[in-house]
Amino acid sequence: MLNPKEIKKKFPILNQKIHEKPLIYLDSAASSQKPQQVIRKMSSFLRTDYANVHRGVHYLSQQATDKCEQVREKIQKFINAQSSSEIIFTKGTTESINTVAFSYCQSLKPGSEIIITEMEHHSNIVPWQIACQKYNLTLKHIPVLTNGELDLKAYTKILTKNTALVAITHASNVLGTINPLKQIITQAHLIGAKVLVDGAQAVPHFKVNVQELDCDFYCFSSHKLYGPSGIGILYAKKNILDTLPPFQFGGGMIETVTLDKTTFAEPPLRFEAGTPPIEAIIGFGAAIQFIEKIGLDNIHRYETALIQYAHQKIKKVSDLQIIGTAEHKVSVLSFVLKNIHAHDIGTILDQEGIAVRVGHHCAQPLMQKYQIPATVRISFGLYNTFEEVDILIQALNKVKKIMSLPKSPKGDD
Amino acid sequence: MNNRLENLYQETILEHNKYPKNFKKLEKCSSCAHGVNQLCGDDYYVYLNLDKNNIITDITFQGVGCAISKSSASLMTTLIKGKTREEALNLKECFINMLTQNNCSQQCKTCLGSLKLFESVKKFPVRVKCATLIWRALEKALTTTSIPKGEGINQKGDQK
Repeated sequence: MLNPKEIKKKFPILNQKIHEKPLIYLDSAASSQKPQQVIRKMSSFLRTDYANVHRGVHYLSQQATDKCEQVREKIQKFINAQSSSEIIFTKGTTESINTVAFSYCQSLKPGSEIIITEMEHHSNIVPWQIACQKYNLTLKHIPVLTNGELDLKAYTKILTKNTALVAITHASNVLGTINPLKQIITQAHLIGAKVLVDGAQAVPHFKVNVQELDCDFYCFSSHKLYGPSGIGILYAKKNILDTLPPFQFGGGMIETVTLDKTTFAEPPLRFEAGTPPIEAIIGFGAAIQFIEKIGLDNIHRYETALIQYAHQKIKKVSDLQIIGTAEHKVSVLSFVLKNIHAHDIGTILDQEGIAVRVGHHCAQPLMQKYQIPATVRISFGLYNTFEEVDILIQALNKVKKIMSLPKSPKGDD
Repeated sequence: MNNRLENLYQETILEHNKYPKNFKKLEKCSSCAHGVNQLCGDDYYVYLNLDKNNIITDITFQGVGCAISKSSASLMTTLIKGKTREEALNLKECFINMLTQNNCSQQCKTCLGSLKLFESVKKFPVRVKCATLIWRALEKALTTTSIPKGEGINQKGDQK
């Protein structure tokens, strides 16, 4: 079993006090903290190895290029892609999805359909809405059942011969639900549709194998994976990538340019216009190394035990409703407290040194479904402990005490 | 409870959160405006009637939001009712100044009456928007004449 207290020591930011209380960071689903190893690697790279990548003849440029390409290979192995040329560096999950929305969708027949789900993050809703307007496509969605799982019967009904793409999250950032992708992908492929998976909330928690899933596109960000922000990837099957037009244009993605005309480079460079965040790529690589050393199976086992413990404890708090009780969940837990708005809970917990996220979590359609304005969301990383859950429970009871008004109502005016 | 929190969640605030005043839709209103805080989903409508002398004869609000935004809205309606348009806009200026500026005059704070207790919100910068949300909506209602689309739809009285 993994030792979270030892791991916590490797994250400098976690060893501090906030409002005079030891920091308890329960917001890793928004962004995880960074281990010393990642910080050190980025800093030493900037001090001794930095130069722009590609086409440099000088030593540093070649070194930087090689190091970035090594990270690409590391990511390929991390998600078991067939080739490193299937890994495209992007700004993050959002840019990865936009790339597919505005590259892949260009060639779709007007009237083709795209299926998303009711539990998507705005980043896996809005690009499709805009692409549908732009290319005359139709957007459909799979509804969410009350327990936070997808309504797969409805999916079967909306999947038709017109479906071109299913864009779906691997794990919900609000409900924690892990979606049964194998089944969803197999069904889509049977009718010839492609599948894009938003893996932002999945890769930090369990092993992802894109070949086994057989998804066509897979996207995730480094910053939720203990790496730096500003970098992520788009995985796409090679045969699809070869046919896709570029989404952004500029340096680095070309083969030859004349003043009238340009030919484009082969993938992955075709999709990487402009200088990438070089030091972030290096940090991304260090983060993967960090995770692999601990082992995703260990992380998954530990976090599953932790989230189950949190569920048991939290559901005993009176007047509290957990939003999302699917059978398979990542370590994300949303809840609401009767008559106390999430924002007030967030402020009081903050004063206790506990960092949680409150609000709609960029998933407004889901809030509309549950008819709630906002939830409190706690999300665990590999550095959180059972003890922190106990402190959270005490703090929630404090919230209720602070917000309670024992007096009877005064007359209305 | 630490002092900062005690100052933030004072009894008056909690009371107006739980039992807000003028918390209803005004069926016949001369003006209405919508205020939304994207960060946390606070979502309110303010309704008011302005007579020919520019006096606010009635003002109500409805919507969902946190204790700070709801109590601020409730107290705002009690303060604004009967004031002229000009006075209301001045009070709005005073309230926002109190929460965002360091040089808010004593006179300004005095005219805000019990709303002065929202001064403690200043120590919670992320919550300033909650307290000022309804005042921004009030300003909109007093300076524009159109009634927003979808006005009053799905506005439940209680928090869920």
